[in-house]
Amino acid sequence: MRFIYLDNNATTPIHEDVIAAMTEALALYGNASSMHAFGRDAALKIEEARQAVAAVIDTPSESIIFTSGASEANNTVFNIFREQIDLGSKRNRIVTTEIEHPSIIEMVTYLRGRGYKVDQCPVDSTGRVRLEALKELLSEDVALVSVMFGNNEIGTIQPLKEIVELAHAVGAYVHSDATQAIGKVEVSMNDLGLDYLSLSAHKFYGPKGIGALAVAKGAPYTPYVHGGHQEAGRRAGTYNTPAIVGMGVAATIAKRDQKDEEARLWKMREQLRKGILEQIPNVVINGNQEHCLPGTLDVSFPHAEGESILLYLDLEGIQVSTGSACASGSLEPSYVLLSSGVDIELAHGSIRFSFGRYNTEDDVAYVLEKLPPIIKRLREMSTL
Amino acid sequence: MSNFMAQWVYSPVVKDHFMNPRNTWDEKENFVPDGTGDVGSLACGDQMRVMIQVENDAIKAIRWLTYGCASAIASTSMMSELAVGLSLEDAYHISPDAITDALGGLPDHKFHCSVLGDKGLRAAIDDYLEKNNLPNPYQHAVAKIVCECNNVTDVQIENLVKTKQATTLEQLQEITKYGTTCGKCKADVAGLFDELKHIYNV
Repeated sequence: MRFIYLDNNATTPIHEDVIAAMTEALALYGNASSMHAFGRDAALKIEEARQAVAAVIDTPSESIIFTSGASEANNTVFNIFREQIDLGSKRNRIVTTEIEHPSIIEMVTYLRGRGYKVDQCPVDSTGRVRLEALKELLSEDVALVSVMFGNNEIGTIQPLKEIVELAHAVGAYVHSDATQAIGKVEVSMNDLGLDYLSLSAHKFYGPKGIGALAVAKGAPYTPYVHGGHQEAGRRAGTYNTPAIVGMGVAATIAKRDQKDEEARLWKMREQLRKGILEQIPNVVINGNQEHCLPGTLDVSFPHAEGESILLYLDLEGIQVSTGSACASGSLEPSYVLLSSGVDIELAHGSIRFSFGRYNTEDDVAYVLEKLPPIIKRLREMSTL
Repeated sequence: MSNFMAQWVYSPVVKDHFMNPRNTWDEKENFVPDGTGDVGSLACGDQMRVMIQVENDAIKAIRWLTYGCASAIASTSMMSELAVGLSLEDAYHISPDAITDALGGLPDHKFHCSVLGDKGLRAAIDDYLEKNNLPNPYQHAVAKIVCECNNVTDVQIENLVKTKQATTLEQLQEITKYGTTCGKCKADVAGLFDELKHIYNV
Protein backbone atom coordinates (compact mmCIF):
# COMPACT_ATOMS: atom_id res chain seq x y z
CA MET A 1 0.00 0.00 0.00
CA ARG A 2 1.14 3.50 -0.81
CA PHE A 3 1.65 5.87 2.15
CA ILE A 4 1.56 9.62 1.76
CA TYR A 5 2.46 11.59 4.84
CA LEU A 6 0.79 15.00 4.75
CA ASP A 7 0.90 15.75 8.45
CA ASN A 8 4.28 17.48 8.63
CA ASN A 9 2.92 20.23 10.90
CA ALA A 10 2.25 17.55 13.52
CA THR A 11 5.75 16.19 13.25
CA THR A 12 8.33 15.41 10.60
CA PRO A 13 10.40 12.33 9.78
CA ILE A 14 13.99 12.53 11.01
CA HIS A 15 16.46 13.44 8.28
CA GLU A 16 19.01 10.69 7.56
CA ASP A 17 21.92 13.00 8.32
CA VAL A 18 20.34 13.74 11.68
CA ILE A 19 19.99 10.03 12.40
CA ALA A 20 23.64 9.47 11.48
CA ALA A 21 24.87 12.31 13.69
CA MET A 22 22.66 11.25 16.60
CA THR A 23 23.73 7.63 16.31
CA GLU A 24 27.32 8.74 16.62
CA ALA A 25 26.48 11.11 19.46
CA LEU A 26 24.83 8.31 21.45
CA ALA A 27 28.35 7.10 22.17
CA LEU A 28 29.32 10.48 23.64
CA TYR A 29 28.24 9.43 27.08
CA GLY A 30 30.32 11.93 28.97
CA ASN A 31 28.32 14.43 31.01
CA ALA A 32 28.81 17.70 29.16
CA SER A 33 29.11 19.46 32.51
CA SER A 34 32.12 17.33 33.52
CA MET A 35 35.59 18.81 33.27
CA HIS A 36 37.31 15.66 31.98
CA ALA A 37 37.96 14.75 28.34
CA PHE A 38 34.69 12.83 27.76
CA GLY A 39 32.70 15.67 29.22
CA ARG A 40 34.55 18.17 27.05
CA ASP A 41 33.88 16.10 23.92
CA ALA A 42 30.15 16.25 24.59
CA ALA A 43 30.28 19.92 25.49
CA LEU A 44 32.05 20.72 22.22
CA LYS A 45 29.33 19.00 20.19
CA ILE A 46 26.66 20.85 22.13
CA GLU A 47 28.27 24.20 21.42
CA GLU A 48 28.43 23.38 17.70
CA ALA A 49 24.74 22.58 17.78
CA ARG A 50 24.01 25.81 19.64
CA GLN A 51 25.67 27.80 16.87
CA ALA A 52 23.66 26.00 14.21
CA VAL A 53 20.39 26.60 16.04
CA ALA A 54 21.30 30.26 16.56
CA ALA A 55 22.10 30.60 12.86
CA VAL A 56 18.74 29.26 11.67
CA ILE A 57 16.92 32.03 13.56
CA ASP A 58 19.61 34.66 13.10
CA THR A 59 20.57 35.39 16.68
CA PRO A 60 23.83 35.18 18.71
CA SER A 61 24.52 31.66 20.00
CA GLU A 62 24.62 32.73 23.64
CA SER A 63 20.91 33.55 23.42
CA ILE A 64 20.04 29.87 22.85
CA ILE A 65 18.78 27.81 25.80
CA PHE A 66 18.06 24.17 25.02
CA THR A 67 14.74 22.92 26.39
CA SER A 68 12.62 19.78 26.10
CA GLY A 69 10.69 21.41 23.27
CA ALA A 70 8.64 24.47 22.36
CA SER A 71 6.02 23.80 25.05
CA GLU A 72 8.67 24.17 27.75
CA ALA A 73 10.14 27.21 26.00
CA ASN A 74 6.70 28.87 25.87
CA ASN A 75 5.96 28.04 29.48
CA THR A 76 9.37 29.40 30.49
CA VAL A 77 8.69 32.78 28.88
CA PHE A 78 5.33 33.19 30.57
CA ASN A 79 6.87 32.16 33.88
CA ILE A 80 9.47 34.95 33.62
CA PHE A 81 6.73 37.56 33.56
CA ARG A 82 4.58 35.79 36.07
CA GLU A 83 7.49 36.08 38.48
CA GLN A 84 8.00 39.76 37.68
CA ILE A 85 4.31 40.38 38.37
CA ASP A 86 4.58 38.41 41.63
CA LEU A 87 7.51 40.60 42.62
CA GLY A 88 5.32 43.67 42.21
CA SER A 89 6.12 44.92 38.72
CA LYS A 90 3.86 47.73 37.58
CA ARG A 91 3.74 46.00 34.23
CA ASN A 92 1.27 43.36 35.25
CA ARG A 93 -0.56 42.43 32.08
CA ILE A 94 0.24 39.90 29.34
CA VAL A 95 -1.18 40.14 25.83
CA THR A 96 -1.38 37.20 23.47
CA THR A 97 -3.82 35.94 20.81
CA GLU A 98 -6.74 33.55 20.54
CA ILE A 99 -5.01 31.20 18.12
CA GLU A 100 -1.77 30.31 19.90
CA HIS A 101 -0.55 26.76 20.43
CA PRO A 102 -2.18 24.94 23.39
CA SER A 103 1.02 25.36 25.42
CA ILE A 104 0.15 29.07 25.51
CA ILE A 105 -3.66 28.87 25.46
CA GLU A 106 -3.63 26.55 28.49
CA MET A 107 -1.05 28.74 30.22
CA VAL A 108 -3.43 31.68 29.75
CA THR A 109 -6.29 29.72 31.34
CA TYR A 110 -4.01 28.69 34.20
CA LEU A 111 -2.78 32.24 34.87
CA ARG A 112 -6.25 33.77 34.62
CA GLY A 113 -7.54 31.19 37.08
CA ARG A 114 -4.98 32.54 39.54
CA GLY A 115 -5.93 36.16 39.04
CA TYR A 116 -3.32 37.28 36.52
CA LYS A 117 -4.39 39.71 33.82
CA VAL A 118 -4.06 38.22 30.35
CA ASP A 119 -5.72 39.55 27.20
CA GLN A 120 -6.15 37.61 23.98
CA CYS A 121 -6.13 39.72 20.87
CA PRO A 122 -8.74 38.66 18.29
CA VAL A 123 -7.79 37.69 14.74
CA ASP A 124 -9.45 38.45 11.42
CA SER A 125 -11.21 35.91 9.23
CA THR A 126 -7.86 34.74 7.84
CA GLY A 127 -6.36 34.22 11.29
CA ARG A 128 -4.21 37.37 11.27
CA VAL A 129 -3.95 39.50 14.39
CA ARG A 130 -6.14 42.59 14.14
CA LEU A 131 -3.50 45.28 14.62
CA GLU A 132 -6.10 47.89 15.55
CA ALA A 133 -7.40 45.62 18.30
CA LEU A 134 -3.86 44.93 19.45
CA LYS A 135 -3.15 48.65 19.66
CA GLU A 136 -6.19 49.03 21.91
CA LEU A 137 -4.86 46.33 24.23
CA LEU A 138 -1.39 47.83 24.53
CA SER A 139 -0.39 50.34 27.18
CA GLU A 140 2.32 50.97 29.75
CA ASP A 141 1.07 48.18 32.01
CA VAL A 142 1.83 45.41 29.48
CA ALA A 143 4.83 43.26 30.36
CA LEU A 144 4.80 40.73 27.53
CA VAL A 145 3.25 40.33 24.10
CA SER A 146 3.30 36.78 22.75
CA VAL A 147 2.25 36.09 19.15
CA MET A 148 3.07 32.97 17.18
CA PHE A 149 5.00 33.24 13.92
CA GLY A 150 2.93 30.94 11.72
CA ASN A 151 -0.16 29.01 12.77
CA ASN A 152 0.13 25.24 12.98
CA GLU A 153 -3.39 24.63 11.75
CA ILE A 154 -4.22 27.21 9.08
CA GLY A 155 -0.67 28.35 8.34
CA THR A 156 -1.36 32.07 8.70
CA ILE A 157 1.78 34.12 9.24
CA GLN A 158 1.48 37.06 11.61
CA PRO A 159 2.65 40.62 10.92
CA LEU A 160 5.38 40.30 13.52
CA LYS A 161 7.38 43.33 12.44
CA GLU A 162 4.39 45.59 13.07
CA ILE A 163 3.50 43.75 16.27
CA VAL A 164 7.03 44.17 17.65
CA GLU A 165 6.96 47.88 16.83
CA LEU A 166 3.63 48.39 18.57
CA ALA A 167 4.70 46.39 21.62
CA HIS A 168 8.10 48.01 21.96
CA ALA A 169 6.50 51.42 21.66
CA VAL A 170 4.79 50.82 25.02
CA GLY A 171 7.87 49.16 26.51
CA ALA A 172 6.60 45.56 26.41
CA TYR A 173 8.78 42.59 25.54
CA VAL A 174 7.80 40.36 22.60
CA HIS A 175 7.86 36.60 22.32
CA SER A 176 7.07 34.51 19.27
CA ASP A 177 6.53 30.79 19.00
CA ALA A 178 8.21 30.15 15.65
CA THR A 179 7.94 26.35 15.84
CA GLN A 180 6.11 25.96 12.53
CA ALA A 181 8.20 28.44 10.56
CA ILE A 182 11.71 27.01 10.87
CA GLY A 183 13.11 25.80 7.56
CA LYS A 184 9.97 26.91 5.68
CA VAL A 185 10.31 30.68 5.66
CA GLU A 186 13.09 33.01 6.66
CA VAL A 187 13.12 33.63 10.40
CA SER A 188 15.35 36.39 11.71
CA MET A 189 15.02 37.20 15.37
CA ASN A 190 17.43 40.03 14.77
CA ASP A 191 15.52 41.68 11.88
CA LEU A 192 12.18 41.30 13.63
CA GLY A 193 13.56 42.66 16.90
CA LEU A 194 12.06 39.81 18.90
CA ASP A 195 13.02 39.42 22.56
CA TYR A 196 12.13 35.73 22.83
CA LEU A 197 11.60 32.96 20.31
CA SER A 198 10.62 29.31 20.76
CA LEU A 199 11.36 26.43 18.44
CA SER A 200 11.21 22.65 18.41
CA ALA A 201 13.48 20.23 16.54
CA HIS A 202 10.91 17.64 15.50
CA LYS A 203 9.07 20.12 13.28
CA PHE A 204 12.13 20.44 11.05
CA TYR A 205 13.34 16.84 10.66
CA GLY A 206 15.09 16.69 14.02
CA PRO A 207 14.35 14.49 17.02
CA LYS A 208 11.41 14.84 19.44
CA GLY A 209 11.92 16.00 23.00
CA ILE A 210 14.35 18.80 22.19
CA GLY A 211 13.76 22.45 21.47
CA ALA A 212 15.11 25.83 22.36
CA LEU A 213 14.21 29.18 23.73
CA ALA A 214 16.19 32.12 22.37
CA VAL A 215 16.45 35.09 24.71
CA ALA A 216 17.73 38.34 23.26
CA LYS A 217 20.42 40.23 25.13
CA GLY A 218 18.93 42.42 27.82
CA ALA A 219 15.57 40.65 27.99
CA PRO A 220 14.56 39.51 31.48
CA TYR A 221 15.12 35.88 32.35
CA THR A 222 14.37 33.55 35.21
CA PRO A 223 14.79 29.76 35.13
CA TYR A 224 11.73 27.55 34.95
CA VAL A 225 13.54 24.30 35.71
CA HIS A 226 15.72 24.70 38.80
CA GLY A 227 18.69 22.51 39.58
CA GLY A 228 22.21 22.25 38.21
CA HIS A 229 24.01 25.11 36.48
CA GLN A 230 23.60 23.86 32.89
CA GLU A 231 22.89 26.44 30.18
CA ALA A 232 24.73 29.09 32.25
CA GLY A 233 22.27 28.52 35.07
CA ARG A 234 19.28 29.19 32.85
CA ARG A 235 17.86 25.68 32.51
CA ALA A 236 18.80 22.77 34.78
CA GLY A 237 19.02 19.13 33.78
CA THR A 238 21.80 16.97 32.38
CA TYR A 239 22.45 17.77 28.73
CA ASN A 240 20.64 15.50 26.27
CA THR A 241 23.69 15.35 24.03
CA PRO A 242 22.35 13.16 21.17
CA ALA A 243 19.12 15.16 20.88
CA ILE A 244 20.95 18.49 20.95
CA VAL A 245 23.41 17.25 18.31
CA GLY A 246 20.43 16.10 16.21
CA MET A 247 18.76 19.47 16.54
CA GLY A 248 21.97 21.17 15.47
CA VAL A 249 22.27 19.09 12.29
CA ALA A 250 18.57 19.61 11.54
CA ALA A 251 19.03 23.38 11.96
CA THR A 252 22.00 23.40 9.60
CA ILE A 253 19.97 21.57 6.93
CA ALA A 254 16.95 23.80 7.53
CA LYS A 255 18.99 26.93 6.96
CA ARG A 256 20.82 25.47 3.95
CA ASP A 257 17.64 24.33 2.16
CA GLN A 258 15.15 26.96 3.32
CA LYS A 259 14.78 28.92 0.07
CA ASP A 260 14.40 25.78 -2.07
CA GLU A 261 12.01 24.19 0.40
CA GLU A 262 9.86 27.30 0.57
CA ALA A 263 9.39 27.29 -3.20
CA ARG A 264 8.86 23.53 -3.45
CA LEU A 265 6.34 23.35 -0.58
CA TRP A 266 4.36 26.29 -1.91
CA LYS A 267 4.21 24.75 -5.37
CA MET A 268 2.78 21.47 -4.08
CA ARG A 269 0.38 23.26 -1.76
CA GLU A 270 -0.91 25.43 -4.57
CA GLN A 271 -1.30 22.45 -6.89
CA LEU A 272 -3.41 20.75 -4.26
CA ARG A 273 -5.45 23.88 -3.52
CA LYS A 274 -6.23 24.48 -7.20
CA GLY A 275 -6.94 20.81 -7.80
CA ILE A 276 -9.39 20.66 -4.91
CA LEU A 277 -11.18 23.80 -6.08
CA GLU A 278 -11.42 22.39 -9.61
CA GLN A 279 -12.56 18.91 -8.69
CA ILE A 280 -14.71 19.34 -5.58
CA PRO A 281 -17.70 21.68 -5.47
CA ASN A 282 -18.44 23.80 -2.41
CA VAL A 283 -15.18 23.93 -0.49
CA VAL A 284 -13.77 26.65 1.73
CA ILE A 285 -10.04 27.34 1.95
CA ASN A 286 -9.15 28.49 5.46
CA GLY A 287 -6.42 30.88 6.56
CA ASN A 288 -4.58 33.66 4.81
CA GLN A 289 -3.62 32.88 1.23
CA GLU A 290 -0.97 35.59 1.02
CA HIS A 291 0.74 35.38 4.41
CA CYS A 292 0.92 31.63 4.77
CA LEU A 293 3.36 28.89 5.71
CA PRO A 294 4.26 27.45 2.31
CA GLY A 295 3.39 23.82 3.06
CA THR A 296 0.11 24.27 4.91
CA LEU A 297 -3.33 23.95 3.32
CA ASP A 298 -6.45 23.90 5.50
CA VAL A 299 -9.71 23.16 3.75
CA SER A 300 -13.29 22.83 4.98
CA PHE A 301 -15.68 20.52 3.19
CA PRO A 302 -19.24 21.49 4.11
CA HIS A 303 -21.59 18.50 4.69
CA ALA A 304 -18.68 16.14 5.29
CA GLU A 305 -17.30 15.58 8.78
CA GLY A 306 -13.54 15.88 9.29
CA GLU A 307 -12.83 12.74 11.24
CA SER A 308 -14.63 10.62 8.66
CA ILE A 309 -12.69 12.30 5.86
CA LEU A 310 -9.45 11.74 7.76
CA LEU A 311 -10.17 8.04 8.28
CA TYR A 312 -11.31 7.39 4.71
CA LEU A 313 -8.09 9.07 3.56
CA ASP A 314 -6.15 6.97 6.07
CA LEU A 315 -7.62 3.83 4.52
CA GLU A 316 -6.09 5.02 1.24
CA GLY A 317 -2.74 5.60 2.96
CA ILE A 318 -3.04 9.40 3.06
CA GLN A 319 -2.25 10.90 6.45
CA VAL A 320 -3.69 14.29 7.37
CA SER A 321 -5.20 16.00 10.41
CA THR A 322 -8.57 17.61 11.15
CA GLY A 323 -10.04 20.42 13.23
CA SER A 324 -13.07 18.26 13.94
CA ALA A 325 -14.08 17.84 17.57
CA CYS A 326 -14.47 14.13 17.00
CA ALA A 327 -10.77 13.69 16.50
CA SER A 328 -9.64 16.03 19.26
CA GLY A 329 -10.69 13.97 22.23
CA SER A 330 -12.11 17.15 23.76
CA LEU A 331 -15.44 17.32 21.88
CA GLU A 332 -14.51 20.87 20.90
CA PRO A 333 -13.83 21.72 17.30
CA SER A 334 -10.76 23.76 16.37
CA TYR A 335 -10.54 26.98 18.40
CA VAL A 336 -8.23 28.38 15.74
CA LEU A 337 -10.97 28.19 13.12
CA LEU A 338 -13.73 29.32 15.51
CA SER A 339 -11.63 32.35 16.55
CA SER A 340 -11.22 33.20 12.87
CA GLY A 341 -15.00 33.35 12.64
CA VAL A 342 -15.31 30.05 10.76
CA ASP A 343 -18.74 28.47 11.15
CA ILE A 344 -18.88 25.52 13.56
CA GLU A 345 -19.90 23.05 10.85
CA LEU A 346 -16.99 24.18 8.68
CA ALA A 347 -14.65 23.70 11.63
CA HIS A 348 -15.94 20.14 12.09
CA GLY A 349 -15.33 19.52 8.39
CA SER A 350 -11.81 20.92 8.17
CA ILE A 351 -8.82 18.99 6.94
CA ARG A 352 -5.21 20.14 7.20
CA PHE A 353 -2.75 18.98 4.58
CA SER A 354 0.81 19.83 5.61
CA PHE A 355 3.64 19.15 3.19
CA GLY A 356 7.23 18.41 4.02
CA ARG A 357 10.57 17.77 2.35
CA TYR A 358 9.77 14.16 1.49
CA ASN A 359 6.57 14.92 -0.43
CA THR A 360 6.52 15.08 -4.20
CA GLU A 361 4.12 16.31 -6.87
CA ASP A 362 3.09 12.68 -7.35
CA ASP A 363 1.64 12.79 -3.85
CA VAL A 364 -0.56 15.73 -4.85
CA ALA A 365 -1.84 13.80 -7.84
CA TYR A 366 -2.61 10.79 -5.65
CA VAL A 367 -4.59 12.91 -3.16
CA LEU A 368 -6.51 14.52 -6.01
CA GLU A 369 -7.42 11.05 -7.24
CA LYS A 370 -8.59 9.72 -3.85
CA LEU A 371 -10.12 12.75 -2.13
CA PRO A 372 -13.03 13.75 -4.43
CA PRO A 373 -14.88 10.39 -4.26
CA ILE A 374 -14.51 10.38 -0.46
CA ILE A 375 -16.12 13.81 -0.13
CA LYS A 376 -18.84 12.85 -2.58
CA ARG A 377 -19.63 9.68 -0.66
CA LEU A 378 -19.79 11.41 2.74
CA ARG A 379 -21.98 14.13 1.33
CA GLU A 380 -24.38 11.56 -0.05
CA MET A 381 -24.58 9.99 3.39
CA SER A 382 -25.03 13.34 5.16
CA THR A 383 -28.18 14.82 6.68
CA LEU A 384 -27.12 18.33 5.79
CA MET B 1 -8.73 7.35 25.74
CA SER B 2 -5.78 5.03 25.92
CA ASN B 3 -4.76 3.74 22.57
CA PHE B 4 -7.78 5.42 21.11
CA MET B 5 -6.99 5.09 17.43
CA ALA B 6 -5.89 1.47 17.62
CA GLN B 7 -8.87 0.66 19.80
CA TRP B 8 -11.61 1.38 17.35
CA VAL B 9 -10.46 2.42 13.91
CA TYR B 10 -8.95 -0.96 13.40
CA SER B 11 -11.59 -2.96 15.20
CA PRO B 12 -12.63 -5.09 12.24
CA VAL B 13 -16.37 -4.65 12.85
CA VAL B 14 -16.20 -0.86 13.15
CA LYS B 15 -13.98 -0.62 10.12
CA ASP B 16 -16.28 -2.82 8.09
CA HIS B 17 -19.38 -0.77 8.96
CA PHE B 18 -17.51 2.48 8.36
CA MET B 19 -16.26 1.35 4.96
CA ASN B 20 -19.46 -0.41 3.92
CA PRO B 21 -22.32 1.21 5.81
CA ARG B 22 -25.58 -0.78 5.64
CA ASN B 23 -29.03 0.58 4.85
CA THR B 24 -27.96 4.10 3.95
CA TRP B 25 -30.58 6.22 2.24
CA ASP B 26 -30.22 6.48 -1.52
CA GLU B 27 -32.08 9.06 -3.53
CA LYS B 28 -32.63 6.64 -6.42
CA GLU B 29 -34.41 4.12 -4.26
CA ASN B 30 -37.55 6.20 -3.67
CA PHE B 31 -37.83 4.92 -0.12
CA VAL B 32 -41.12 6.10 1.38
CA PRO B 33 -40.81 6.15 5.17
CA ASP B 34 -43.67 5.56 7.58
CA GLY B 35 -41.76 7.37 10.28
CA THR B 36 -38.76 9.73 10.38
CA GLY B 37 -36.58 10.74 13.32
CA ASP B 38 -34.05 13.57 13.44
CA VAL B 39 -31.59 13.75 16.32
CA GLY B 40 -28.18 15.17 17.16
CA SER B 41 -26.58 18.56 17.24
CA LEU B 42 -24.25 20.31 14.92
CA ALA B 43 -22.26 21.68 17.85
CA CYS B 44 -21.39 18.10 18.73
CA GLY B 45 -20.56 17.33 15.12
CA ASP B 46 -23.09 14.54 14.77
CA GLN B 47 -26.53 14.77 13.24
CA MET B 48 -28.74 11.94 12.10
CA ARG B 49 -31.95 11.08 10.30
CA VAL B 50 -33.52 7.65 10.65
CA MET B 51 -36.38 6.54 8.36
CA ILE B 52 -38.44 3.42 8.94
CA GLN B 53 -41.06 1.37 7.14
CA VAL B 54 -43.41 -0.49 9.46
CA GLU B 55 -45.39 -3.66 8.78
CA ASN B 56 -47.35 -5.68 11.36
CA ASP B 57 -45.95 -3.62 14.23
CA ALA B 58 -42.40 -4.47 13.20
CA ILE B 59 -39.56 -2.67 11.44
CA LYS B 60 -39.77 -3.82 7.83
CA ALA B 61 -37.01 -1.65 6.45
CA ILE B 62 -34.77 1.15 7.64
CA ARG B 63 -32.71 3.87 5.95
CA TRP B 64 -30.53 6.53 7.50
CA LEU B 65 -28.35 9.55 6.87
CA THR B 66 -25.57 10.81 9.11
CA TYR B 67 -23.37 13.83 9.28
CA GLY B 68 -20.75 12.60 11.67
CA CYS B 69 -17.55 10.87 12.53
CA ALA B 70 -16.58 7.28 11.79
CA SER B 71 -18.09 5.87 14.97
CA ALA B 72 -21.36 7.72 14.24
CA ILE B 73 -21.46 6.11 10.80
CA ALA B 74 -20.51 2.66 12.08
CA SER B 75 -22.88 2.74 15.04
CA THR B 76 -25.84 3.88 12.94
CA SER B 77 -25.09 1.21 10.39
CA MET B 78 -24.98 -1.40 13.16
CA MET B 79 -28.22 -0.08 14.69
CA SER B 80 -29.94 -0.44 11.32
CA GLU B 81 -28.91 -4.09 11.11
CA LEU B 82 -30.04 -4.79 14.66
CA ALA B 83 -33.41 -3.10 14.15
CA VAL B 84 -34.65 -4.67 10.93
CA GLY B 85 -37.22 -7.35 11.68
CA LEU B 86 -37.68 -6.36 15.33
CA SER B 87 -41.09 -5.55 16.78
CA LEU B 88 -41.56 -1.85 17.44
CA GLU B 89 -41.35 -2.58 21.15
CA ASP B 90 -38.04 -4.42 20.88
CA ALA B 91 -36.68 -1.85 18.46
CA TYR B 92 -37.61 0.90 20.92
CA HIS B 93 -35.51 -0.81 23.55
CA ILE B 94 -32.28 -1.07 21.55
CA SER B 95 -29.77 0.63 23.82
CA PRO B 96 -26.52 2.44 23.01
CA ASP B 97 -24.78 -0.38 24.91
CA ALA B 98 -26.30 -3.01 22.64
CA ILE B 99 -25.04 -1.15 19.57
CA THR B 100 -21.61 -0.61 21.06
CA ASP B 101 -21.33 -4.24 22.15
CA ALA B 102 -22.25 -5.42 18.66
CA LEU B 103 -19.46 -3.19 17.32
CA GLY B 104 -16.98 -4.73 19.73
CA GLY B 105 -16.82 -1.60 21.90
CA LEU B 106 -16.05 2.10 21.50
CA PRO B 107 -13.98 4.33 23.77
CA ASP B 108 -15.99 6.32 26.33
CA HIS B 109 -15.77 9.70 24.70
CA LYS B 110 -16.94 8.23 21.40
CA PHE B 111 -19.79 6.36 23.02
CA HIS B 112 -21.24 9.50 24.56
CA CYS B 113 -21.32 11.69 21.52
CA SER B 114 -21.62 9.44 18.52
CA VAL B 115 -23.97 6.63 19.41
CA LEU B 116 -27.18 8.36 18.38
CA GLY B 117 -28.74 5.61 16.29
CA ASP B 118 -30.98 4.29 19.06
CA LYS B 119 -32.33 7.76 19.71
CA GLY B 120 -32.93 8.35 16.03
CA LEU B 121 -34.76 5.06 15.79
CA ARG B 122 -36.98 5.89 18.78
CA ALA B 123 -37.75 9.28 17.29
CA ALA B 124 -38.74 7.57 14.04
CA ILE B 125 -41.02 5.14 15.89
CA ASP B 126 -42.56 8.02 17.86
CA ASP B 127 -43.15 9.80 14.57
CA TYR B 128 -44.78 6.73 13.00
CA LEU B 129 -47.14 6.22 15.95
CA GLU B 130 -48.06 9.88 16.09
CA LYS B 131 -48.75 10.12 12.36
CA ASN B 132 -51.03 7.12 12.55
CA ASN B 133 -52.78 8.30 15.71
CA LEU B 134 -51.63 5.21 17.53
CA PRO B 135 -50.93 5.09 21.25
CA ASN B 136 -47.27 5.21 22.24
CA PRO B 137 -46.84 2.72 25.08
CA TYR B 138 -43.04 2.68 24.82
CA GLN B 139 -42.14 6.27 25.43
CA HIS B 140 -42.64 6.19 29.18
CA ALA B 141 -40.92 2.86 29.63
CA VAL B 142 -37.61 4.26 28.45
CA ALA B 143 -35.39 6.81 30.12
CA LYS B 144 -35.14 10.01 28.15
CA ILE B 145 -31.89 11.61 27.14
CA VAL B 146 -31.77 15.18 28.37
CA CYS B 147 -28.17 15.92 27.37
CA GLU B 148 -27.48 14.40 23.98
CA CYS B 149 -23.81 15.35 23.89
CA ASN B 150 -22.97 13.49 27.09
CA ASN B 151 -25.76 10.94 27.11
CA VAL B 152 -27.38 12.01 30.39
CA THR B 153 -30.89 10.69 31.06
CA ASP B 154 -33.74 11.96 33.20
CA VAL B 155 -33.69 8.69 35.15
CA GLN B 156 -30.00 9.14 35.93
CA ILE B 157 -30.59 12.68 37.21
CA GLU B 158 -33.57 11.47 39.24
CA ASN B 159 -31.41 8.85 40.95
CA LEU B 160 -28.67 11.34 41.73
CA VAL B 161 -31.18 13.73 43.29
CA LYS B 162 -33.00 10.98 45.19
CA THR B 163 -29.78 9.65 46.73
CA LYS B 164 -28.54 13.19 47.45
CA GLN B 165 -25.39 12.60 45.42
CA ALA B 166 -26.15 15.80 43.58
CA THR B 167 -27.64 18.57 45.69
CA THR B 168 -26.50 21.45 43.48
CA LEU B 169 -26.36 21.92 39.71
CA GLU B 170 -22.57 22.17 39.99
CA GLN B 171 -22.42 18.72 41.58
CA LEU B 172 -24.77 17.33 38.98
CA GLN B 173 -22.59 18.73 36.23
CA GLU B 174 -19.45 17.35 37.82
CA ILE B 175 -20.92 13.85 37.95
CA THR B 176 -22.76 13.74 34.63
CA LYS B 177 -20.94 16.42 32.55
CA TYR B 178 -24.36 17.58 31.33
CA GLY B 179 -24.29 20.83 29.36
CA THR B 180 -20.51 20.94 29.08
CA THR B 181 -20.39 20.42 25.32
CA CYS B 182 -22.98 22.29 23.26
CA GLY B 183 -24.79 23.62 26.31
CA LYS B 184 -28.26 23.68 24.77
CA CYS B 185 -29.71 21.38 27.45
CA LYS B 186 -28.66 23.59 30.38
CA ALA B 187 -32.01 25.32 30.88
CA ASP B 188 -33.96 22.05 30.56
CA VAL B 189 -31.72 20.25 33.03
CA ALA B 190 -31.98 23.14 35.51
CA GLY B 191 -35.78 22.96 35.28
CA LEU B 192 -35.84 19.18 35.70
CA PHE B 193 -33.39 19.41 38.60
CA ASP B 194 -35.56 21.92 40.48
CA GLU B 195 -38.64 19.81 39.86
CA LEU B 196 -36.96 16.66 41.15
CA LYS B 197 -35.56 18.46 44.20
CA HIS B 198 -39.09 19.52 45.00
CA ILE B 199 -40.50 16.01 44.46
CA TYR B 200 -37.89 14.39 46.68
CA ASN B 201 -37.84 17.28 49.13
CA VAL B 202 -34.05 17.73 48.89
